Amino acid sequence: MPTFVYMTRCDGCGYCVDVCPSDIMHIDTTWRRAYNIEPDMCWECYSCVKACPMHAIDVRGYADFCPLGHAVRVHRDEEEGIIAWRIKFRGGRIKDLVAPITTKPWGKFIPDLKQVPAPTKEQRESQLLFNEPKYIRLDDGDLYTLESQGLKMRQGVYY
Amino acid sequence: MFITYNPFAGLAAYGITPGMMQIFVVLAVVAVALGVILDVLHKKSAVYFNEHTERMKKLATRQLSSSEKTSMLVQTILNEVLTSSEFHNPKRRIAHLLKMYGFIIFVISSAVLIFFYPTSESAGIWAILWRIGAIMLAVGGWWFFTKLRVDVLAEGKKWYKLARADMFIVSLLGVSTFGLLWCFFQGVVGSAGLGLLFFVLFLISAVVLFGGVYWSKFAHMFFKPAAAYQKRILMADGSRENLPPFYRRAEVLDQSTMDLVRDIPADQKFGLCIMKDEPNHY
Repeated sequence: MPTFVYMTRCDGCGYCVDVCPSDIMHIDTTWRRAYNIEPDMCWECYSCVKACPMHAIDVRGYADFCPLGHAVRVHRDEEEGIIAWRIKFRGGRIKDLVAPITTKPWGKFIPDLKQVPAPTKEQRESQLLFNEPKYIRLDDGDLYTLESQGLKMRQGVYY
Repeated sequence: MFITYNPFAGLAAYGITPGMMQIFVVLAVVAVALGVILDVLHKKSAVYFNEHTERMKKLATRQLSSSEKTSMLVQTILNEVLTSSEFHNPKRRIAHLLKMYGFIIFVISSAVLIFFYPTSESAGIWAILWRIGAIMLAVGGWWFFTKLRVDVLAEGKKWYKLARADMFIVSLLGVSTFGLLWCFFQGVVGSAGLGLLFFVLFLISAVVLFGGVYWSKFAHMFFKPAAAYQKRILMADGSRENLPPFYRRAEVLDQSTMDLVRDIPADQKFGLCIMKDEPNHY
């Protein structure tokens, strides 16, 4: 679902222009407000939605499954290090999601590869990459499952 | 003495009488009022804000008392209006404050000079204030125009590339810069030719500034405070413009979404997000 800008909320700071990996967030030359110049090319990474300090960027749903009346809103709280999402469905049902902000400043927390033990022959021949997310590794006691990790399904996660 | 020299007093040499200057000021006020009304009608901004307020009222979880609303009005005036707190970029905020206060001082002192000292060569504190206002406006304006404007800062365009959105800032720069140059060449150098040249440029800038309200962003100084006040109300009455509720870090540590990052060391779990890194791609 590509993003769009509420021009009445935008103050033309340009953070979305800076952050967009697809280079499709730009500034309108008449009103100096941001807009998505090419929604078809949107990666839907939502970096601009998260970056906007004015909460001026929202998500346009595809008409076949969320025709009008929905909203995807986000509040980024840097003091708390938390990013919170509110998905509002067309029928009024609301889902609130919250997650930590894990974006780090450039150059921080880069793994020191000198300290990492050399890979074994099996690891070299494996299809897995270095630093493959643990959740999809099969060489570390099979796939992570809720049971193997002592987790349980909670309300709000499933549909 | 140059510092208290009143540039408007020298306009008699060009055949401009005090009455003509005073009529110009009155016309400028009328043009601004008309421009703002036309802007509101054309953009339907008042209709939009009204509809938005009505829509959000349905989502409100509590009714605000009149004392709370008054308190928010005072907070809006103190923060968004007087100290431009809506700007997240501190440089942009400082530049905006320089421009805003410079413009106010410049406009008020110009009106006082034109109506009360139209023929006095020396106008004391009002002539000094006129210069201070113009200098603040020029410093903030040129800083914004060449360095902080989003076209330059984020889009990577050259500062001299102009678009229609620049009409307001360019006319402000014209009024302040040409005004100072006109004052300098007329009052200090005594050059009637250069004085007239910069006065004509100053006049054109002033006509564009006050006559172009409908096409420029001049009207923002009237509706921005109203929008800021509305935003405060919506945040306080629970509607929050559909935004998620405010969370504290300690409250969400046991949320299911936190399981995804439970392997990450505690000091690396909560990042500072993108705002702490200056973009450096230009």
